[in-house]
Amino acid sequence: MGAALPVVRALREFLPERAILHEEEDTRPYECDGLTAYRQLPMVVALPETEEQVRRILQTCSALKIPVVPRGAGTGLSGGALPLGDGVLLSMAKFMRVLRIDPLARVAVVQPGVRNAVVSELSAPFGLYYAPDPSSQIACTIGGNVSENSGGVHCLKYGLTLHNVLGVRGFTIDGEPLQLGGEAPDAPGYDLLALAVGSEGMLFVLTEVTLKLLPKPQCARVIMASFGDVEKAGAAVADVIAAGIVPAGLEMMDRPATQAVEQFVHAGYDLEAAAILLCESDGTPEEVEDEIARMQTLLAHAGATRMTVSRDEAERLRFWSGRKAAFPAVGRISPDYYCMDGTIPRKRLGEVLRFIAALEKKYGLRCPNVFHAGDGNLHPLILFDANNADELHRTELFAGEVLEKCVEVGGTITGEHGVGVEKINQMCVQFRPTELELFRAVKRAFDPQGLLNPGKAVPTLARCSEYGRMRVHGGQLPHPELPRF
Amino acid sequence: MIESLADSIREAAARHRPLRLRGGGTKDFYGNALRGEVFDTRGYSGIVAYEPTELVVTARCGTSLSELEKKLEANGQCLPFEPPHFGPGATLGGCVAAGLSGPRRASAGALRDFVLGVKLIDGRGQALSFGGQVMKNVAGYDVSRLVAGSLGTLGLIAEVSLKLAPKPQAESTLRLEAPQARALELMNRWAGQPLPVSATAWHEGELTVRLSGSAAGVRAAAEGIGGAALDEPFWRGIREQSHAFFSGPKPLWRLSVPSTSPPLELQGRQLIEWGGALRWLKSSEDPKTVRAAAKRCNGHATLFRAPDKAAGCFSPLEPVLARVHGQLKSAFDPAGIFNPGRMYPEA
Repeated sequence: MGAALPVVRALREFLPERAILHEEEDTRPYECDGLTAYRQLPMVVALPETEEQVRRILQTCSALKIPVVPRGAGTGLSGGALPLGDGVLLSMAKFMRVLRIDPLARVAVVQPGVRNAVVSELSAPFGLYYAPDPSSQIACTIGGNVSENSGGVHCLKYGLTLHNVLGVRGFTIDGEPLQLGGEAPDAPGYDLLALAVGSEGMLFVLTEVTLKLLPKPQCARVIMASFGDVEKAGAAVADVIAAGIVPAGLEMMDRPATQAVEQFVHAGYDLEAAAILLCESDGTPEEVEDEIARMQTLLAHAGATRMTVSRDEAERLRFWSGRKAAFPAVGRISPDYYCMDGTIPRKRLGEVLRFIAALEKKYGLRCPNVFHAGDGNLHPLILFDANNADELHRTELFAGEVLEKCVEVGGTITGEHGVGVEKINQMCVQFRPTELELFRAVKRAFDPQGLLNPGKAVPTLARCSEYGRMRVHGGQLPHPELPRF
Repeated sequence: MIESLADSIREAAARHRPLRLRGGGTKDFYGNALRGEVFDTRGYSGIVAYEPTELVVTARCGTSLSELEKKLEANGQCLPFEPPHFGPGATLGGCVAAGLSGPRRASAGALRDFVLGVKLIDGRGQALSFGGQVMKNVAGYDVSRLVAGSLGTLGLIAEVSLKLAPKPQAESTLRLEAPQARALELMNRWAGQPLPVSATAWHEGELTVRLSGSAAGVRAAAEGIGGAALDEPFWRGIREQSHAFFSGPKPLWRLSVPSTSPPLELQGRQLIEWGGALRWLKSSEDPKTVRAAAKRCNGHATLFRAPDKAAGCFSPLEPVLARVHGQLKSAFDPAGIFNPGRMYPEA
């Protein structure tokens, strides 16, 4: 049936047969991204290999008014790459080439399908690396990182994807070439690169990215500090920052999270502690020694009950392995888990943690916590069973309350995972109709027909008013059978 | 107070009366010709929130930049992008609207990298909030960073939240003799090593380097780099353009290029910053020649200070980008009242 589709016929004029998937058995692997609660078979999957093919796919879809959803590795956690049943899923998986690494200029020019970790691996012989390191870095691609403005455990000191991308190249939905930013700083005109990073594939399609590489610090060591209660650990984070230290990484995990992780990776975490902090310093050996000593003093004052400093690189990586494996580890102790991504001002940490603990009781669901504590980015993981409709429903309500709490304390519903389809209702809480309308106008400036990844990230006014009505009804969602988070 | 600003803007929009958004006027020289009735932002001033442990400050547009920096300094913190003031009257709003960064830009990042959120009054007189006061925020398009450097053409930046950094413990400036090509190579090589280089400048055979960081780190790096310690307050002169290079009647060009670009063969004198990525040129060279030289190395040239800006202050945009600029401008400012033409005719 798919072969008869006009879009398939049009794509066949310039794409080889292997680059067009339309049989269900071939399109099935693309039905969801890392947010597996949402699934939708795409009408067609296109797998271009050249910029010219991307340009023509976009022109074809634009002429036929068929929506296009770009996709990288499909590791995203917010459903940003969820296909449309009447759309083309544009997989950039074949754009896997590293085009250039220039060690003197400290830049890497890569195609969007290059995996995050590959950039650092290839830069290592020059003493350089690519700083943003999302936990999924062995699988996620640079194109997806740019689209979501991904973070990682080291972005407190080294910034997000936004701070480490110098330029991007791609095409508008009409197939016009676009170059934003570049190796020369401060491109003239508006900072469209800032708009592009984190635009969730809604403004244009990326085909090339220029990344900034940084010199690898000579050494790094991490302190693992135990705390008898979570709020003390939170206060310790503020103390470190107040002392004028910006650690290379500053992460927190609570006991339910360390227990889940420890069975899985044996990172050596203190399972007696209510929370542990991982506090990293990098630089010259002298700088690291000095900073580690200062941080130990501060953490001890803040009530740390135990501290271990990594003695060598193997131990440092082992301490981090547990944090980086936190999501898969939780995946092993529960049939499903739902990961949140709110960010709050650090000073409100204790309050928000108490709020989450109360919700665990209210909804009868467990919620281990891992945080990028240094920058206030929380990843509470609600454990549930998707086959149990009532648990799914309670999870939705739990998550919605947490995200709205993040907004209430002056934070945001998403720090690094993106809005996608997952948090689109909460956008109505964080932004007013006038602001959402401006977002829509920004999209129209690039994509007047609204064909690129429609229905993601920015809700319609109608959707917000429906969500507003639902919230008024005492948190009781109508139609609980509908997947909504 | 923000309502009365919004009211005035609504009224101007209703009458299609152009407004020239202005703080202390220290950057009146920057951009294309000024048009419209002066809309003074200095009445809307003051720090809204500052908690050193959050590494974030939120302040109103009319806040004096030097007073803000004094307050941060008292808490051992700073604006990491080291913005130029170009006069004692500089305001925070003007600083963000101009989007200019100082000597620390190559190592610490640009102004836009530190913008976390803005409260913006658009051309309909609506007060809108984008971003926030947290370090990580990917909800919605990054409008806060879009308006940074937009020269007030998209709206009045009424409030802004900026990420801060602790002031470095130690700082030291060194000077070496080096011809231009050698200096460019050295600056790029240093930047690829884990050295605490926080600023570089080359002019007439002299390469000046600033190291910032822990006392131990600065001391160790200084030994490796060599050269002689410099005591004069050199970087302020570069940042504020009070250094002798910047004086004289000839036009001042700001060429932004990839840092490894070879020496640019252009008439006039040059001063290089940002590890080679920023080349200041004092020259009466034909604007077309200057822009072509920048373009040849994938860069662009801004006519930074000049009595005659007929050539246009900023490098022209590709047609697709010009169209996007025009559409963004009309989305934010449908009546076209904010600083019309200051950046481009279409913006």
